[in-house]
This record gives sequence, structure tokens and C-alpha cells, in this order.
Amino acid sequence: MSNQKVLEVKNIDFFYDDFQALENITMDVEKNKVTALIGPSGCGKSTFLRTINRMNDLIEGAKLEGDILFDGESIYQENVDVVNLRKRIGMVFQQPNPFPKSVFENVAYGPKIHGVTDKAKLEEIVVESLKGAALYDEVKDRLNKSALSLSGGQQQRLCIARALAVKPEVLLMDEPASALDPVATAKIEDLIEELKNNYSIVIVTHSMQQAARVSDMTGFFLMGELVEYDKTDKIFENPSDQRTEDYITGRFG
Amino acid sequence: MADLKKKRMLTDKIFKVIFLVFISLGLVVLAALIYDIVSKGIVMLDWEFFTRFDSRFPAKAGIKAGLFGTLYVIGLMIPITFFIGTATAIYLEEYAPVNKLTDIIKLNIANLAGIPSIIYGMLGLGVFVRYLNMGRSVLAGSLTLSLLVLPVVIVSAQEALKSVPDSLRNASYALGANHWHTVYKVVLPSALPSILTGFILAISRAIGETAPLIMMGALTFVMFTPQGIMDSFTVMPIQIFNWTSLPKTEFELVAASGSLLLLILLFILNGLATFIRYKYSRK
Amino acid sequence: MSDLKNKDKKSWASYFFDPKIRYMNSKKNKNGLVNYVLLLTTLVSVITTIGIILILLTDSFHFFEQVPVLDFLTGTKWNPLIKPDLAYGVLPLVAGTMMITLGSALIAIPVGLGSAIYLTEYASTRFSKIIKPIMEILAGIPTVVYGYFALTFITPNVLKPIFPNIRTFNALSASIAVGIMILPMVISLSEDALNAVPESIRQGAYAMGSTRFEVASRVMVPSALSGILSSFILAISRAIGETMIVAIAAGMRPQLTSSFLKPIQTMTGFIVQISLGDTPVGSLQYYTIFAVGLLLFLMTLSLNVISHLILKKYREVYQ
Repeated sequence: MSNQKVLEVKNIDFFYDDFQALENITMDVEKNKVTALIGPSGCGKSTFLRTINRMNDLIEGAKLEGDILFDGESIYQENVDVVNLRKRIGMVFQQPNPFPKSVFENVAYGPKIHGVTDKAKLEEIVVESLKGAALYDEVKDRLNKSALSLSGGQQQRLCIARALAVKPEVLLMDEPASALDPVATAKIEDLIEELKNNYSIVIVTHSMQQAARVSDMTGFFLMGELVEYDKTDKIFENPSDQRTEDYITGRFG
Repeated sequence: MADLKKKRMLTDKIFKVIFLVFISLGLVVLAALIYDIVSKGIVMLDWEFFTRFDSRFPAKAGIKAGLFGTLYVIGLMIPITFFIGTATAIYLEEYAPVNKLTDIIKLNIANLAGIPSIIYGMLGLGVFVRYLNMGRSVLAGSLTLSLLVLPVVIVSAQEALKSVPDSLRNASYALGANHWHTVYKVVLPSALPSILTGFILAISRAIGETAPLIMMGALTFVMFTPQGIMDSFTVMPIQIFNWTSLPKTEFELVAASGSLLLLILLFILNGLATFIRYKYSRK
Repeated sequence: MSDLKNKDKKSWASYFFDPKIRYMNSKKNKNGLVNYVLLLTTLVSVITTIGIILILLTDSFHFFEQVPVLDFLTGTKWNPLIKPDLAYGVLPLVAGTMMITLGSALIAIPVGLGSAIYLTEYASTRFSKIIKPIMEILAGIPTVVYGYFALTFITPNVLKPIFPNIRTFNALSASIAVGIMILPMVISLSEDALNAVPESIRQGAYAMGSTRFEVASRVMVPSALSGILSSFILAISRAIGETMIVAIAAGMRPQLTSSFLKPIQTMTGFIVQISLGDTPVGSLQYYTIFAVGLLLFLMTLSLNVISHLILKKYREVYQ
């Protein structure tokens, strides 16, 4: 069974003004798989993640050379519709960042701006997304309460539900569990396991154990370079590059 | 779906243009105002403008009385306002106990900042001019203006004091200094540039104030300069106001000259404040 | 929305029992004399407020001894100076004030909020760096100069071509000038409110595939609403209290009219008018100033209190 490529990263270099944050990154992300990005802090993993949905465009002085193909089409061309891109590629952040609105309004935000106005349809989407994020049972009685009244773990799952509500194809997760306690983390990891059936997931994590548990493919980043990228089993049991092995065995980072 | 997309992008672009126009509005008006004042004011602004008193004849009108009046009133106001304003800020930030009464005092000051300036004029009229019998004097005017800008000075000095890091205070205590010593020798010098910046801006505001002084009786047609603080007086903005109200159209040019002078003075003061802010923020 | 209320209200008891507060209170007041001197200077602000209230109340009282409060508040003719037919109904002045306030708010509020949104969502930092000092200059221009500009530039050059029937003194030119005067305030305070919304929320909105306008209108402004509303109210309060611009440009004709092209008189304009004249101290005309002043004071005070309450009660919690 050939693995379909949903994202193809082709030799990208990334700069913040004069500082080069990413150097010659090439990798393919496979459909309906979980791809983990590991590496020490500050080595470019989050920056790389943000190039995929062009969130770096919001930063002045950010520049990318090279290209990324999404479903075979370049996303860095002149007239690419970035707004639509971000609908098809969703993102969950490290710190849960629900809007200061109700639970319902948070999840309904995406569908609303993309044209859904029918109340019944909105409700349907909200319920479906909350279920998809394994949150529905916990909040079904307080959909109209402020999202900020939820616990940290619940807020993060709310952010996932919010991302799911626009039916993306890819889900980018930037250290989604790092701000959460172990119980909440476990719930997120279970969720990821389920989600990959319907979405392609790229997850940045500083926890190697998490990467080993959850992902199919793993990429090891060091100082803005993609040192090694392979099946997760191979990376953790028999890495090809010495630097990878040093990191895995804890010699640094 | 594509239609919705187009509509959303169009909305975004349209509002970008609208907002840009809005911001330009302020710029355009400022440009027009400066152009108007400068082009009209330059005409009659010569050395004699400074040395002549007001007159019934536009060609002979000068701003001497207002200039000296402003200098006297503001000059007297500066030490009063600086001392009371800074002292109050020091008390509130460094000495006052943390309780509801202090909260009320702080709230009161914030409130005073929002009271229209003409009400301060009434206060000045009722208390300084009449009750304390100072008459329509420079002293009464200075005190009135002091009270007017005091809340602003206090609040900005408070902010300046708040931004001095606790580590500095702790270092001073650790060396055995007492509270006043710490405040006077460590905290205050560190906060001084910011306090000064806020103070200078408050003074610029006072220079432009007209209504409270009219209320408490500063005269409009004055042919003398004050010799002492109990003398009556006028100030530049009042002279400008007077000239603006006169029917003879030539006075329009005289008023412009007065305005131009006032703007230049304020520009210099603001430049000074900005200079202080930049020079000491690089520390 | 009750769970969004400000959570750190201090009870009276906490001042007594909270160890942190007790510690902070014990460290101070080490030097008796200095403490008292500073306390005295602080009392100046307290005395100022008491003074204002006393003056307004006692001198208004002299007015209301002779003119019934109801006549004052509901009368539609204002003619306190020219005999015969003296009338003391304050409504024309209030109407004049309201006209100017409305006109200036119609300008300053949309333009101000729109500019703040542009600065926070659309503009580059270079652009903002240029705009900021210009706004500060605009805010620093003395009101006499604005008044002069309204009378000698706005009315003849801008308004007369559009409305040939406009009078020299009219409410419109003053409204425009007051609007421009309060504009920097609205922009600055709204911008502060928008910038107080955490960046993570803004990023979250963009990551969902929103346009800039959608982020601004559906997420940022609602999240900063209390600060934005309070800025509007403060600006309106400032417009109500504005004196010189209206005294110069709006005229001295207290009349109930809905036309912005005609002269009107505001409460503040009237007070200045009397002060310029020869009204003898202690006469009824003299006390009229304080009655109008009291009304003015109460109006601006209420607005300031409302603005403060909005900030306090509805300040958004973001975490």
C-alpha cells in the first residue's frame, strides 16, 4: 500500500530578518499518519510547524525560500489563498488559547466565518466536533458557559474541537500537552491515536516518550536542521545519525 | 462557497481602505491646521510682536502682556505643582498603608483628572479669588492651574515610581538604609526622568489652558505686565481668544501669530520631554 | 457572563488578615516626620474635591433659592441677562452641549476605533511609529487654537462650500473640531485595550483561517470591549466639558434647534460668556454660573463613574 503524501517540504530555508532559523529542510508527511518532530528547545521545530500553515506570515521580517506542496500544490506561490489554507490545515497551540466566549461560540467560530449560518447545522457541527475531541460529555451541560471556566486539559481539548469544526485535512499540534498534567496528557494522546484515522497529524513535542508512544514517523531537529527522518521505531531503536543517538540516549538536550 | 470567499476578502479589503482613510483624517486635519496657522501667523510675527502690548489697531497689537503673564503664572506654578505632585505620588506609592482609604484617595485623584477645566475655574474663583481674598492675581491663577494639572502629574509620577524595580529598593535596604533614605536617594533618582517627562507634558497643557483663567478673572485687554504675584494679568491663550472674537478681520492674522507662537513654545517643551524620555530610557 | 467578573475584589477584612498586606504595611511609616509631610501634600487632592463640591453646592444653593429647580431643569427658554423676560430654563444649553457631544462622538468614535483597529491589525510597525507622535501632537494642541481653526478655516473653507446657508457661528464646525480634539484619546485608549488581549488569542483566530477584518471584528474587539467602551465614555465626558472651542466657534445663541448650521450655546460656553462680562458678584446672574456648573459637574462625574464601573465589573479575564 503506497503511502499518500499530504505534505511535501522541498528544501526550505527560513529566516527571521538575517537570522537563519531553518536550513535546507526536506521531508514528506504521509496521509493519516502521526508525524512527530523532536529535538532540543529552540532548534526550529515550532518555526517549521508554522511554515506549514503560513502562520509565520504574521511576523515582520519572516522569509521563506524553497517550497511546500500541500496535496501536490505549492502553498507559497504568489496568489495562494492563505485564509483557505488555514482552514484546511488546523493548528493547536502549546498554551490553550480559547477565545473569551462561551464553549459553544468557540467551536462555532470557524464554521460561522466559513459561511454556516443555520442554527441547527451549527449545533450539529459543534456537538460533532466536541465528541471528536472527547470533550462533549464533560461540557454538554455548559455549552453556554465561558470557555475559561474549563480546566486546562479541557480547554486544550476545546481548542482541538475548535480546530476540528472546520473539517481540516491536516492538524498541526505544537506541544499540545506540555502545559497539562499527566492525566490530561494521557487523554490528549489517546485522542491523537483516534484522530489519525481521519486527519494527518504533525506534532511537535519535547517529550521523546510521547513521540515514541504516539507517532508513526519521527523527525529529529537540531539547530535548524532536519538531522534524521524515519519511521519512529527505527529512530528510537536504531538511529542512523550519531547526533540522533546522542539525543535519544540523553547525552544532551 | 467561492462567492462567500470573495465576499470575505472583499470585506477585508474594503475595511482596510476605510480604516486607512480614517487614520489619514487625523493627519490631514493636523496638516491643514498647521498650514493655516503658519501661513497666517507668519505675516505679523516680527520682533515687535513680542515687545508691544495689545492695541485697538491690529497692526500695532502685540503679545507682550500675555507672554509675561504666562511666564509669571507658569513660573510660579512649576515649583508648587512639582513639589506637591511628586510628594503625593511618593506618599501613595511608598508610604501609604495598603487599605481601603488609600484606594479611595487614589480613586479620587483619578476622578479629579476627568473634571472639566472650567470647573477648576469655578473653584479658583470661589476659593482663591473670593474666599481667600487673593483677588484676580497671578497667585490665584497659578494655584488654580496647579490644582488643575495636579492629578495628571500625580498619576504619571506614580507610574514612574511603580516602574522602579524592587530589586533596587531591596539592595538599598540590605545595605542598612532606612525607608526615606531609600526613597530619596535610590528610588526617586531612578524615577526622575519619567517624572520629569510627565511633568513637562502637564505644564504644556497648563500653558494652553484658557477657560479656568477666564473664569477667575484674568483680564482680556491688558496693557501692562505683572510686577508681582498679586497683580492682575493675562495669558497668551486669552489674548488669542480675545483677538479671535474681534470683528476686524485683520485681527484674524494677529490671532494666528499668537497661536503660532504658542504652538512653537509647546513644540519646544514637548521636544524637551521627548528628549529626556529617550536620553534616559537607554540606561 | 457572571463568571467573567473581576475575581480579586478585596474585602475589608483582607486588609486586616492577609499576611502579604500586613507585611507591606509594616515596612512603611518608619520615618514619622517625612510620613506626615507627605500625607499633608496628599490631602491637597482630597481638599480639592471637597472644595469643588462645596463651592458648587453653596453657590448653586443661592441660585435655587430664587429659581425653582424644576423650572431650571425643564424650562426651554434661557435668558438670564437681558431684561425683561428673564428666563432660567437650562434645556437650550443642555441641548447645545448634547449637539456638540453627539456631533463630535459621531466623528471620533468610528474614526477612533477604526484607526485603532488599523494600527493593531493592518499596519506595519514602521507606520505605527510615524503615526504615534503625530497623534500626540494632535492631542497637545490648545483648545483655543482648535477654536480659531474651526472659526476661520473649517467654516469658510470646508463647510460653506457644502452648506452655503451656514452661519459664521455654527454647531457643526465646533463639533468637528471637538471630534478631532478627542480623537487621539479614543485611538490611544482603544489601542491599549486591543493590545491587552493576549497574542495567543489573536494567533488562534488567524490559525482558524480568518481574514484580518474577521479577527478584528469577531475576536479582538469583543475581547477588548470593556476597555473600548470605557474609552468612548471618557471621550464623551471630555467633549461635554469642552469650553473654548465652542465658545469661539459655536456661538452665543442659546436656542433649541436641531440644525447644526445654526449657532447654539453650550453650558460651558455660557459660563465663559458670563465670566467675560461685568456681572456683579452676588447677583442672581452670578450664581447662575454655579448652577450650570453643578449640572455640568454631575454629568461628567456620572460618565466618569460609569466608565470606571464598566472597566471594573466587566474587565475580561483572558486566562
